[in-house]
Amino acid sequence: MNGGFGPYKVIELPGGIVISQTVTVTWFIMLLLTIFAYFASKKFDKVPNKFQNVVEVLVESIYNLTKQTMGEDKINFAPYMGTLLLFIGIANISGLFGLRPPTADVNTTLGLAIMTFVMVHYNAVKSNGIKSYLKGYLEPMPFLLPLNIIGELANPISLAFRLFGNIVGGVIIMVLLYNALGFISSSLGIGIPILQAGIPAVLHIYFDLFAGLLQSFIFTMLTMVFISMAMD
Amino acid sequence: MNGVDLIKACSAIGAGLAMIAGIGPGIGQGYAAGKGAEGVGRQPEAQGDIVRTMLLGAAVAETTGIYGLIVALILLFANPFF
Repeated sequence: MNGGFGPYKVIELPGGIVISQTVTVTWFIMLLLTIFAYFASKKFDKVPNKFQNVVEVLVESIYNLTKQTMGEDKINFAPYMGTLLLFIGIANISGLFGLRPPTADVNTTLGLAIMTFVMVHYNAVKSNGIKSYLKGYLEPMPFLLPLNIIGELANPISLAFRLFGNIVGGVIIMVLLYNALGFISSSLGIGIPILQAGIPAVLHIYFDLFAGLLQSFIFTMLTMVFISMAMD
Repeated sequence: MNGVDLIKACSAIGAGLAMIAGIGPGIGQGYAAGKGAEGVGRQPEAQGDIVRTMLLGAAVAETTGIYGLIVALILLFANPFF
């Protein structure tokens, strides 16, 4: 596990295509979610068993959250929001298993934020018509047009850097802590870095579990708020 | 001391200075949490809504601090000058 920035090369395919650690961990998460979805939707009983109960609670709570935040008429966005929540949530807590979270790479978070950006503007045009959408940029006064455009472009950037900054900050602090504990235990004359066991667990719970799940929730909530604000 | 060393030293100082931006979100989030606690005390049955709104507000208030962190990280790890 390294500190710092950006993608780490795993292999380079011929033709200059770089497969970074972000991509491989993302593949792994995709595989995990696909297997989960396959087994969750394989067979539905009228009298649900334990696993089906858990899945039903998960789906129902995502639908309820979407309904409360976006309103009854935009309930069709719930599958996308659920996917976003599950993917970012699992990506953020993958640091617990010794992987480097894909969201600690600015490419992932900016990609997700651009997806939100495209959805916001597509749905704004679709629900309000192109005329009133373009007119919205001239409000409250026509000379504020450049400010409105900059304000719209700042949204995906702040969305991306909020997630990225939180996760990468946690990763860097964990790396610093592991290095410091290794240094202390080696200067105490112990061959194995014994202090690295146990002590970082508290910070893992905060940075990976709490902050990670909170940031995935916040990213999803902000996406919902932006889309429903653009549509009305 | 050559030019690159000077740039490295100044970048480290600049990264430290950029993290002063952490003061703002600290104050803002503390204020949000205090108001949230006040709201829950006054209306305990609305706790779920209050906590959700408070977390959303705290996340938005955090943005400026995260910008400071990004500037510090760029100065230390992705500096274009060395």
